[in-house]
Amino acid sequence: MSDITASGEALPSGKNVRELVHQSLGRRHRQETIFKSMGLVAILVALGFVAILFSIMLTKGLPAFWQANLHTQVYFDPDIIKGGPRPVQEAGQSDADYRQQDLAWQRQVTLSNWNAIVEQTVRDVAPDTDAEKRDILAIITSSARFKLRDMYVEDPSLLGQTVPVTLLASADADNWVKGKLARDLPDERQQLSRSSRDLADQLLADGDITFDFATHIFTNVDSRSAPASAGLAGAFMGSLYMMMVVIVLAVPIGVASAVYLEEFAPKNRWTDLIEVNINNLAAVPSIVFGLLGAAVFINYFGLPRSAPLVGGLVLTLMTLPTIIIATRSSLRAVPPSLRQAALGLGASRNQTVFHHVLPLTFPGILTATIIGVAQALGETAPLLLIGMNAFIANIPASPLDSATALPVQIYLWQANENRHFFEARTSAAIIVLLGLMIVLNAIAIVLRTRLEKRR
Amino acid sequence: MDIVQDKTAETAKSTPAPGTSDPGKRIRVSTRDVSVFYGEKQAMFDVSIDIPDRSVTSFIGPSGCGKSTFLRCINRMNDTIDGCRVSGVVELDGEDINRPDLDVVELRARVGMVFQKPNPFPKTIYQNVAYGPRIHGMTKNKAELDEIVVSSLQRAGLFEEVKDRLDQPGTGLSGGQQQRLCIARAIATRPEVLLMDEPCSALDPIATAIIEELIDELRENFTIVIVTHSMQQAARVSQKTAFFHLGKLIETGDTEQIFTNPKEQKTQDYITGRFG
Amino acid sequence: MNALFIAALLLVLLGLSYQMGWSRSKKLAAAEGESMHSRPVYHGAFVAIWALLPALVVFGLWALFARSASDNYIISQLPPETSSLAQGEVTSAIQRVKSIASGFGVVGQADPVEAKAAEAYNQFRTLITLGVLAAAAGMGLLGLLWARSRIAKRFRARNEVELAIRIGLIACSAIAILTTLGIALSLIADALQFFSFVQPLDFFFGTSWNPRFQSTGSDAVGEYGLLPLLWGTIMVSGIAMLVAIPVGLMSAIYLSQYADYRVRNVVKPIIEVLAGIPTIVYGFFALVTVGPFLSSAGDLIGIDIRATSALTAGVVMGIMIIPFISSLSEDILHQVPNAMRDGSLGLGATKSETIVNVLVPAALPGIVGAVLLATSRAIGETMIVVLAAGNSPVLRLNPAEPVSTVTVTIVNQLTGDADFTSPQSLVAFALGLTLFAMTLLLNVVALYIVRRFREQYE
Repeated sequence: MSDITASGEALPSGKNVRELVHQSLGRRHRQETIFKSMGLVAILVALGFVAILFSIMLTKGLPAFWQANLHTQVYFDPDIIKGGPRPVQEAGQSDADYRQQDLAWQRQVTLSNWNAIVEQTVRDVAPDTDAEKRDILAIITSSARFKLRDMYVEDPSLLGQTVPVTLLASADADNWVKGKLARDLPDERQQLSRSSRDLADQLLADGDITFDFATHIFTNVDSRSAPASAGLAGAFMGSLYMMMVVIVLAVPIGVASAVYLEEFAPKNRWTDLIEVNINNLAAVPSIVFGLLGAAVFINYFGLPRSAPLVGGLVLTLMTLPTIIIATRSSLRAVPPSLRQAALGLGASRNQTVFHHVLPLTFPGILTATIIGVAQALGETAPLLLIGMNAFIANIPASPLDSATALPVQIYLWQANENRHFFEARTSAAIIVLLGLMIVLNAIAIVLRTRLEKRR
Repeated sequence: MDIVQDKTAETAKSTPAPGTSDPGKRIRVSTRDVSVFYGEKQAMFDVSIDIPDRSVTSFIGPSGCGKSTFLRCINRMNDTIDGCRVSGVVELDGEDINRPDLDVVELRARVGMVFQKPNPFPKTIYQNVAYGPRIHGMTKNKAELDEIVVSSLQRAGLFEEVKDRLDQPGTGLSGGQQQRLCIARAIATRPEVLLMDEPCSALDPIATAIIEELIDELRENFTIVIVTHSMQQAARVSQKTAFFHLGKLIETGDTEQIFTNPKEQKTQDYITGRFG
Repeated sequence: MNALFIAALLLVLLGLSYQMGWSRSKKLAAAEGESMHSRPVYHGAFVAIWALLPALVVFGLWALFARSASDNYIISQLPPETSSLAQGEVTSAIQRVKSIASGFGVVGQADPVEAKAAEAYNQFRTLITLGVLAAAAGMGLLGLLWARSRIAKRFRARNEVELAIRIGLIACSAIAILTTLGIALSLIADALQFFSFVQPLDFFFGTSWNPRFQSTGSDAVGEYGLLPLLWGTIMVSGIAMLVAIPVGLMSAIYLSQYADYRVRNVVKPIIEVLAGIPTIVYGFFALVTVGPFLSSAGDLIGIDIRATSALTAGVVMGIMIIPFISSLSEDILHQVPNAMRDGSLGLGATKSETIVNVLVPAALPGIVGAVLLATSRAIGETMIVVLAAGNSPVLRLNPAEPVSTVTVTIVNQLTGDADFTSPQSLVAFALGLTLFAMTLLLNVVALYIVRRFREQYE
């Protein structure tokens, strides 16, 4: 290097340089093509995952929305149904006494041999079956007897009458007629006995069993004894209560703290700390919030386990950072000139913020709220820690009743032993959950474009 | 980018542009009826100009007149802007650079560029200068690369200032040094033409003076085109001057003639400070 | 007392006090003939705040203590031996009295003592209710009158109201701090309790995880070695990052540097859909699709891959994190000034040379920050590993075998009937503390790096 003095003497001459550049072109363009196609492949991989995930959920889940039903006539046999006429509250009888008497009657009714009625019903449509009682009952969901009982309790005048009724086929029968179970397996590996299977096939061929849209997925609660009739209603209400708690608490608190931090707070170490803290909270694993809920809300404050209120509180704390961060960024997007204009007219800081700045951020806050709610709606892990994975057989009437939630219901269903049936059922629940999220996001997009157009 | 070739290279060569009648210098870059569109909007209108070899040509004009846009046509940097479209013919040594089979990588190795704001890469000084030769595969070994780096830095007048810290980041230099580093980086690939887009607009007067001196020296080996908003700078460093206004080339000629005896009223108005 | 009734009462108080403040302000303004400092609205709001606050405090105290007060009263009415009964029997005795008092009645004949107690309880309740109402109304009225008396020409009602609003806002933003404090304190407190059963050294450096459940004997504490779980966590998140970083980064590069804006507008939202899918859905996807797929793919090439394994969970978690990395990296690549890109292209570099040699090095700190944030998300992810990692807390090097992670174990130990006294459930908090500390460290470092990076190009 020492003998280089000036000018381009030591350099390759101009012509040489061009030659060299030209020589390298082929290799470089090949590299360019390779690099670019790597990018393309990455995109296709990501898009492929989306496509695979959705198509698998749809192919697995959609059939679950159509379930096998047996359409028959049910005779409410007075010889079988026990309990006599329903008691009537007498004058001077206390509410508690009457309630007890009525419950005793209902218990008598329940103790009647409803299965015999179910059996007879099936025999009526398939008189020549060789199936025994056990085999017949195996193809009808075990909640059928409760359905008939409830019909009778509702209307005791049905006694001795014959009415058309639709009975849900059992999960095993549903699997069988849908062809999800291998037909060539030996008897000992089949869930249903040979005569049950033949009976189900015969009923399907005769048109007594049809596939109907399973509205009970939306109207029933979870069920262990009668998996075919298990539904999402309880989980849906639990999620709804939690989302209400989240909206009522997280939105006002989140917007208020965003307004304070962005518009009022002095920029100093303390607010820096709050800022770091909020950003960190947004990235704290959700399960840690579950631990917080278990330790503080349940163990310390003694709030009830499994309650949507507690779930809602935990999800609120989890959603707050999302709402705060999004609201702050939409506050930041409001031009400072607007604030200066308002302040210049003699408005106070509060008036400026609440009358002029905040209304402009409404679309942003709305979007943030919906994103936060969608995120909270899909959260599972923290809810497991506060007992929301308990099996709940009724629809919660208030946010303090035990309940479960949609994603937790998915968790519970995927663990069910009846794999064949519940794989589809779980996928159906996932379709419902994803559908809700898509609807939420669509609402957010529509509302935002509407609101932004108005200005 | 769509290229509309409305004139063949033959016709372009046969009709010399007006006002460029210097027989002593070979014509390096020649454009015919170049128009530039950003989407629907037309930014340049039928610009035809010849740029002579081994001299400094300056583009002047009020801001927004399209002089930078036009400069970027010469090494097809407008390709990188979404929705930008160039029509007309731009020739380098009689070769149409908008030809579909022309390799833009090769073109840019021949037509280097220095930008308005110094933009050293976040690498060491050495790596900044070595970047071009390295990617183009111009050297066979480390020694050759060292040579190119040192000689480029020397030519950019920066070597003495940085020779002890070639392994320090280029972003640590002062503004004027950064710009000279960018010049060194550009000349390290041994381009034939060097485009400079307002290279001194972000610099203080002393750094500006150093760069102007440097441009004057580089003229001996390179064809230089410089865009400037400063008429004094154009008068100081360039031999030829082109005046642009509202996307049109108003007048072009020897710098002395443009500044002392402009033919067009608009040029006159501009250099006497009536607008701009 | 009916919540609706209280709400109505508060509303009336609100309307009344606001109206009083407002009209007094108007009257004063008319009498003085010159303008007041604040507009009547602010005087109204000022009076309303001072009327509502004391009433609310009274109701709040009552809500906190009403239950225990009435229970204590009922016990005092019942024979003295009642209080010495077992907890459950006391509760049911109280419940009986309450049912009688409410007129619903109890099954069978009510005991005369109970009937008497119920009657007394009803009187007590009426009295207390009236007392509380009177106290609330009285306090509210006092506040109202005091506030009203302060209204004057020079009185700065607006500033007072704005101060009250400001205090409300500060209280709201303090909740974020309280949450962090709550997390830290509750985790530390319960973890300390756990460490009274198990030596911290045995926990942090133990290589065996085997918490015997209490039914096997109260003295069986079990082994609580963190390392198998930590290793599982690291392995699963490591596999996840191996999937997510290349795909996410290359997608970001392609979308920001190559793709046409029309393609970008379609592809970007679709990839971001992946970020919105609940993790339980990914878990199920891993369990029914990816796991069996990997397992049979392993059979084809002669490797034994278990359907639920670190590999399955890691791959699916990687898919989940792709949009996280791609959108953060894309943001960061956009922050690199265009001048940098032009400088390289102007020298004749190809796009890929520009990206590899200039853009990515310039964006590197930001990308590292994004990767750290994604890692923090991966190690805290729960549902995917609960469903797909196989839950086997053994130190194993082979990623094709089942593992367990910190998060899975938290779920396992605290689901069911947590009693907050046994080491078996308390260990969840020690694990939670470990997890929180790890993610906190990653988050803070990542946020710091990203922030420095942003400032550099601003």
